[in-house]
Amino acid sequence: MKLKVISGIGLLMAILLYSCQSDDQITLARYYSIGSIIYQNKCQNCHGKDGQGLSALIPALTDSVYLKGNKAILPCIIKYGLKGKLLIINKKPFEGDMPAMDMAPIEIAEVLTYITNSFGNKMGIVTAHMAGDDLKGCK
Amino acid sequence: MMKKLIAAVVIILTYSACKFNAGQTALPIYGNRTSVTKTVDGKTVTDTVYQTIPGFKTVNQYGDSITNKSLDGNIYVADFFFTTCPSICPVMHRNMLNVYEAFKAEKGIKIISYSIDPKHDSVAILKKYADKLGVTGNTWWLLQGKKEDIYKLSESYLVTKPQEDAKQLFIHDGYFILVDKQKRIRGTYDGTLPEQVTKLIADIKTLKAEPDQINGK
Repeated sequence: MKLKVISGIGLLMAILLYSCQSDDQITLARYYSIGSIIYQNKCQNCHGKDGQGLSALIPALTDSVYLKGNKAILPCIIKYGLKGKLLIINKKPFEGDMPAMDMAPIEIAEVLTYITNSFGNKMGIVTAHMAGDDLKGCK
Repeated sequence: MMKKLIAAVVIILTYSACKFNAGQTALPIYGNRTSVTKTVDGKTVTDTVYQTIPGFKTVNQYGDSITNKSLDGNIYVADFFFTTCPSICPVMHRNMLNVYEAFKAEKGIKIISYSIDPKHDSVAILKKYADKLGVTGNTWWLLQGKKEDIYKLSESYLVTKPQEDAKQLFIHDGYFILVDKQKRIRGTYDGTLPEQVTKLIADIKTLKAEPDQINGK
């Protein structure tokens, strides 16, 4: 009897600890799962199911070094698109156009959280606040 | 005794049924058909005439003139696209690359992609697109023609006629059309779905083995 109570309390504590400690992780998971749906609807046709891109026409989203180095302009690229800008991604040049995606900062944050934590990338969360700040600096 | 006999019959029938299915030898023929009755050597003969792809005049990514005749003796896959298409074209051509990879070493099989935006898609732009896609040689032609002609032609391929909406965007569907050496339509596949394109590759192999295709010029 005693043993049961003790193990019951132990279990409860473990659950509590687990759910409390990972508040950030829950937010990340929420952003990530909504982001994956936005990705399917707005990005996947061109960039592919696995972020593989399309030959030399459309860049892959697997270049972690590029994504890290350009983190602050990623929201701008999504919101305003690209026109005739040369990008070097996975050591290959790309200069096609990308259409502007009219999305709210929260959606941009969600889809970026998905992209930067999929396809071999692991950069953590992009919050709506961060995306909003980055958008103010768009050129 | 009787039971055993029935069981044996069932097993044999099942086996032969499977064998029948395995030997799928012919693809259907699509499109309108008409019958023509004519007199040959004093006898009345009725023949079926199938819908075929009519003549067209285009230029490919190398600047070569390409007409219906250029495809004589070839089984081919056709689609409609434009290079600046933001929606379904990248998916279509990602999938079409699988068809290209499967048959690029073979003679007698071609892929043609008609641009529905010939004003923008010049020969130079089509060449650049092909280069970036990784397409070389003469297996896959990207074609520029007169817009009205291409739109009209799309009806012969049984696809939705492309349209332009208020924003001057082009609306079209993403079908791949399989055409045989007699220029008859033998299959249509949703080019945006990888599993349909896998079926297309299998169907091309089936079609190739048909007597009409082996003997067809």
